[in-house]
Amino acid sequence: MNRQLRRLALVTVLMLVVLVGATTYWQAWAAGGLQDKQDNAIERVIQFTIQRGLIVPESGKVTFAANRKVRVKGQTFFFRRYPTLGLAAQTIGYSTASRSQAGLEQSMNDYLTGSNTNLSNAFQRQLDRLGGGTVKGNKLVLSLDPSAQALAMKQLGHNCGAVVAMNIKTGAVLVLASTPTYNPNLIDQPGGYAKVLKIRGGCGSASALLPRTTKGLYTPGSTFKMITAAAALDTGKFKPWSRFYDPGYCTEYGKPVSNAGNPDQGGTEVFGNVTLAQGFQHSINSVFCNVGKALGAKTVLDYAKRFGFYSTPPLETPADERAPSGLYTYTKKGRVLFNPRDPNTAVDPGRLAFGQERMLATPLQMAMVAATIANKGVVPRPYVVQRIVGPDGSIVRDTKSSNLGRAIKPKTAAELNAMMVSVVQGGTGTAAQIPGVLVAGKTGTAETGVPNVYTAWFVCFAPADNPRYAVAVVLEKQLNGFGGVVSAPIAKAVLQNLLHG
Amino acid sequence: MPRADPYLLPLAGLLTAVGLTEIYRLGPANAFKQGLWIVIAVAVFAGTLIWLRRDYRVLENYKYLFGLSAIALLFMPLLPGIGQTVNGARLWVHAGGLQFQPGELGKIALIVFLAAYLREKREVLAQGRLKDWGPLLVIWGAAMMVLFVTADLGSALLYYGIFLAMLYLATARLSFVAVGLGLFLAGSVAVYKGTPHVRDRVTNWLHPWTTHAVYCPLSGGRALRQDCQSYQEVQSLYSIAHGGFGGTGLGSGTFTNAAGHQIIPDLNTDFIYSALAQELGLIGAAALVLLYMVFVLRGFRVALMAGEGFSKLLAAGLTFGLALQTFIIIGGILRVIPLTGITLPLVSYGGSSVLSNFLVLAGLMLVSDRANREVDPS
Repeated sequence: MNRQLRRLALVTVLMLVVLVGATTYWQAWAAGGLQDKQDNAIERVIQFTIQRGLIVPESGKVTFAANRKVRVKGQTFFFRRYPTLGLAAQTIGYSTASRSQAGLEQSMNDYLTGSNTNLSNAFQRQLDRLGGGTVKGNKLVLSLDPSAQALAMKQLGHNCGAVVAMNIKTGAVLVLASTPTYNPNLIDQPGGYAKVLKIRGGCGSASALLPRTTKGLYTPGSTFKMITAAAALDTGKFKPWSRFYDPGYCTEYGKPVSNAGNPDQGGTEVFGNVTLAQGFQHSINSVFCNVGKALGAKTVLDYAKRFGFYSTPPLETPADERAPSGLYTYTKKGRVLFNPRDPNTAVDPGRLAFGQERMLATPLQMAMVAATIANKGVVPRPYVVQRIVGPDGSIVRDTKSSNLGRAIKPKTAAELNAMMVSVVQGGTGTAAQIPGVLVAGKTGTAETGVPNVYTAWFVCFAPADNPRYAVAVVLEKQLNGFGGVVSAPIAKAVLQNLLHG
Repeated sequence: MPRADPYLLPLAGLLTAVGLTEIYRLGPANAFKQGLWIVIAVAVFAGTLIWLRRDYRVLENYKYLFGLSAIALLFMPLLPGIGQTVNGARLWVHAGGLQFQPGELGKIALIVFLAAYLREKREVLAQGRLKDWGPLLVIWGAAMMVLFVTADLGSALLYYGIFLAMLYLATARLSFVAVGLGLFLAGSVAVYKGTPHVRDRVTNWLHPWTTHAVYCPLSGGRALRQDCQSYQEVQSLYSIAHGGFGGTGLGSGTFTNAAGHQIIPDLNTDFIYSALAQELGLIGAAALVLLYMVFVLRGFRVALMAGEGFSKLLAAGLTFGLALQTFIIIGGILRVIPLTGITLPLVSYGGSSVLSNFLVLAGLMLVSDRANREVDPS
């Protein structure tokens, strides 16, 4: 019987070895995935025992996200609170008891909870756990300027829209304003989330949770002429003084496409003999329509890509809260980015040239276009997290400014700069003039499909002779609202705040 | 018992101490009750040793009594009036304020019966004549009945596993084991189809997480499975995962939510391994399984050293039973096999469990004492 006994003993030991193996699997390999599960009741409790890092701006006295300390049955819990309410809600996001998260609270969770692992802090963390001490997270220091942010929110008022401002040299994003907004403190309250979902802006149906700055996709309209003009000049096919004849419309596929009636034109106007620069200054569609046809859709799209279209702009917010700009098409699955294999046959170059066709852009992307022109043709890499500071005050991460490559030649940038100055000095964007400061800008009034209701843009930078800040403003569903009339004053106010603040 | 195996008692003591410590940490009041049970169990343990100190082999003469009591104990929870259903399985007997699981003692009676019966019939069984198989088929039928009626997959697996292992030891025929496993699988499939409770267990095992709401038998509505019937398993895995390599440290684990309610039901009985794995980490959990491994190896060593068939079968059966029970509960928790509620030997909270495991220990001590005396009479 001893042979059978030895075999049985071996099988039995193997069974127990399987248990050690399975335990190792769950505690080592699978542990990370299990900890991230939303229904993990243990992590739900643990998250409150961690003193989550604060989220603060680099300058200014406000705190975007702070903690409320509560003692329950001898245990200390830290609950999140958001003292600035709706000021930058879509960017900061929220972190709730049911472990749903959004915004920086979601994407920077590992830093905020201090679980970003490297050898030294993993050891310290284990000591903290064993010692029963409170685990402290890292503090996020944002580049957002609270005073300019507050001003932008106030200027947007009841409109649905967004304002983005960035430092053109460093890429630091200073304003990410999106309306309608919501109070993130509501999310965790009973029925609060439903209340947030019910928020309606001045435009009727609008989600307050949507970060319009980075995910809102709008027809860029005439602001896209910055890119068409960049392509025209950079390829050398056109000069600012290239001459066009404007009959008041442009013939496309045998049909006339008439000019938009900008307010400085008093209805649809006929300009006759003009230069490219004048066409830009007065936003004459027929000029750009002809430029687009001459260049071809492929060249225009290639230049758009150089400015960052067709890729999701790098920012520290969650990837699904940012969208790439480009041509979009509607399918059964909804709106999808459309990258034509042969744009010259698949895309209407004339309408693309003045930002209609199926082109959609985010306010952040348009701010990046202005910043690139201001930055002598190099695309600055946008960021909003300036620094991450450890609980002991040490710098965990310091954002170094960098760029996304050169989009256009310095000469092209200088020519565009001059053309954009002329828009503000005597073209469609005169409402953005600031005494003593040279402002460069471009208006956009995009058709929405509903007559006389427009998406109103203003994209600009200042000072044009020594550029510092770029600003993009978009307002949804403006009844007879032109970019140069309704959006330019908002951009002007934000620029003034940034320049004098 | 001067010649008894010197490792078994300290190992059992260590496992009991680990269990008692964790039970105290989870609820001091339960630890006091468990302490009382340990005192009773140690008294029964000592009583057994004294009673059978001359020769435990007298038990062989009462083999059919043991066989009958095993079946009686297994079916006891089904009796109206005293039987109780807990968590969908009918395992408990409730009499006069006292609750116990008779299956725990039934297990030991079964092992004694099988050791005696197989010792006597091993030669004729090995020839494979049908008429000698009667009592064994009765055992198979009983195990299946127990499974079917009590809906307790874990106990059925345990009894049947012990039966097959001892049959293999006695007859050296792997074909018997193969046929036995086949019959068990056939029976299990029938039970799976006929018993919703068993079906749920298998579903929870294969798909504990769902991304869409499914039918929830607990509420009658629809919910994600991890929020409903697989909640316990899933939260137990979270508990283990939270432990990581080093664990949270004893006393620092998280077992209650922010409102102070316990997250995992049955934490100190069936799920005590999840609690230990969280607080002691991989290092502690692996060490615990290693303790069982050493205990099991010592148990098989006792069987190898024993002089004759009954002792060998008894020691091996008791050892294998303890190991298989450990495998069924920890393996269930770790999703190696479908989860069935059963106690972790010597560690879990529960009077009947402590008592029966100290009887296992007494059996192994008796066999090893005798074996060592025979090998070296001085």
